[in-house]
Amino acid sequence: MKRSLAVFAGLLAGASMAPAQHINGAGATFPNPIYTKWFEEYHARNPVIAINYQSKGSGFGIAQLTAGTVDFGASDMPMTDVQIAALPVKAFHFPTVLGGVVPTYNLAGVTQPLKFSPETLAGIFLGTITKWNDAKLMKDNASVKFPNAEIVVIHRSDGSGTTFVFTDYLSKVSPDWKSKVGASTSVSWPAGLGGAGNEGVAGLVKQTPNAIGYVELIYAANNKMAYGSVKNADGAFVTASTASVSEAAAGAARDMPADFRVSITNAPGKGAYPISSFTWLLIPGKFADAAKGKAIKGFLQWMLADGQKEAAAMYYAPLPKEVVAMELKQLAAIQ
Amino acid sequence: MGTVAAVRPSAAGRGAPTGDAIARWVALAFAASILVLALLLILQLWAGSADARHKFGWGFLTSSKWNPVTEEFGALPFLYGTVVTSFLALLISTPLGLGAAIFLSELAPARLSSALTFLIELLAAIPSVIYGLLAIFALVPLMRTTIEPFLKSHFGRLPLFKGVVFGLDYLTASLVLSVMTIPFVISVSREALLAVPREQREAALALGATRWESTWQVVVPHAKLGILGAIFLSLARALGETMAVTMVIGNSPSIRASLLAPGYTIAAVIANEFSEATGVYRGALVELGLVLFCLTILINALARLMIVATTRKGSKRA
Repeated sequence: MKRSLAVFAGLLAGASMAPAQHINGAGATFPNPIYTKWFEEYHARNPVIAINYQSKGSGFGIAQLTAGTVDFGASDMPMTDVQIAALPVKAFHFPTVLGGVVPTYNLAGVTQPLKFSPETLAGIFLGTITKWNDAKLMKDNASVKFPNAEIVVIHRSDGSGTTFVFTDYLSKVSPDWKSKVGASTSVSWPAGLGGAGNEGVAGLVKQTPNAIGYVELIYAANNKMAYGSVKNADGAFVTASTASVSEAAAGAARDMPADFRVSITNAPGKGAYPISSFTWLLIPGKFADAAKGKAIKGFLQWMLADGQKEAAAMYYAPLPKEVVAMELKQLAAIQ
Repeated sequence: MGTVAAVRPSAAGRGAPTGDAIARWVALAFAASILVLALLLILQLWAGSADARHKFGWGFLTSSKWNPVTEEFGALPFLYGTVVTSFLALLISTPLGLGAAIFLSELAPARLSSALTFLIELLAAIPSVIYGLLAIFALVPLMRTTIEPFLKSHFGRLPLFKGVVFGLDYLTASLVLSVMTIPFVISVSREALLAVPREQREAALALGATRWESTWQVVVPHAKLGILGAIFLSLARALGETMAVTMVIGNSPSIRASLLAPGYTIAAVIANEFSEATGVYRGALVELGLVLFCLTILINALARLMIVATTRKGSKRA
């Protein structure tokens, strides 16, 4: 009771120092936990600036930015040329953190982590590898005793950035996948069942014997789920972690395009985890309200410096130094 | 319609006070607002689906492709899944619900009846996501490990029970929907049965009918309209149900004869894919909403026709 009174008093005190600058954003759900933390912390440091973020999906963020109802958007995939052409004001892409997508499975009696090659992953999700004791899977996992059981494929049923990253990876490593399915937030899945959200996929995999699915690294790590390693472009089997995901970004940083619209799946580098991706803030290049523009620039500056230090503790991979330096240059171009 | 008709006699009375006139116009405005709402809904769905309707035409209804990458969309698998699960659900819930309603209104002691009615109304108030969760954790494993293997081994020759068993399929979705619609069938049919005048029952009994004969041949036919209404109300709920269905149907846009195969429904795909959809993709989802709206109107119209047909027969007999 006392504590709730204290909280209430705190709220009142907060209300009396009403922020002068409200900033509204909308978009991706994947980075929402760290964005929420960043915005809260930035508000605590600069009480006059309050950033409100609606995490309703990348597509929603882009649509709201195009309609001009929010000050900035956020997306798990770079905007397409068509989407950029529709914007009222040219927007910059600012990578914020990185995430990985991991294959998770439910196989009774298998304790050591499985190894997946691009061929086996694409085959399983294409429906051409239908049994766990397939010769290709056995070859990569010589010490594992696979059951003679049908593989139950579980994928996301809702449109999501996670699906985009996963299908973008499969499109790069498998010509068959590229021509038959392609990469998008929702695709026409050749095999399997759909579960809604990371928790939906995780729940179905956990419940269904002999199932395989894919979830975000953060989700798998926070829920202590078992996940397999994936063979990268250099031929090494790499387990996803904040370090191996950051390494994928560092490998890609060398040929980073000036507008940051880049896919880093199947990135080069011995320790690079191949199913990795940036997530972006979409910031208009020009603000009608100069004070608002200044506030957003201030936030971005803080996010690229102090904000990055908080990423790893929340299982997000921080940006490589080279990328931060490039972003600081782009920041100066905002008016 | 009913409101206006009921108001008219008093307003038509000579020297009606202005209060009545005002009440009449206010009530009319309220009634009209419903019509306006429905029209706005159609207008919005029509406008929002413009690019999809333009691109796919009538082929949208007959195509079974759903590919966001190539932007080819068709409604058929979703239409099929919606209709199959809803009708199967009603096939299960109607006899059960009607039987329970007859028991509650005709046979059960008053105390038991009121206690059970309270419980049934409680069931109707449970949010659908709760039904979905219960289904995922309790029904789906049961279906996968026990019921569906049993069906497959005993009736596996029928095309209805073929294929690999996942537990997430048309049959599970229909069962969940039937559980969700039973309270509606019971509650509304019970009201209809209770509204049958006592004299009808007494007359039947006086003519020497047994209790069952009086119930089945006199009371139930008398309450036929209300019972039909209960069934169609449940059907409407089943057609539009979203959360519970998407959690157990497997979310696979395909058309398969087997009830043990995963499927998809219109409401489920809209809920799943709308937030990430842009352009024609979004238009196609809005058009699915339009299709569902039309399906509901069609079914309601059929219900009206049925009611009109049966009441005519009734009045002729009288």
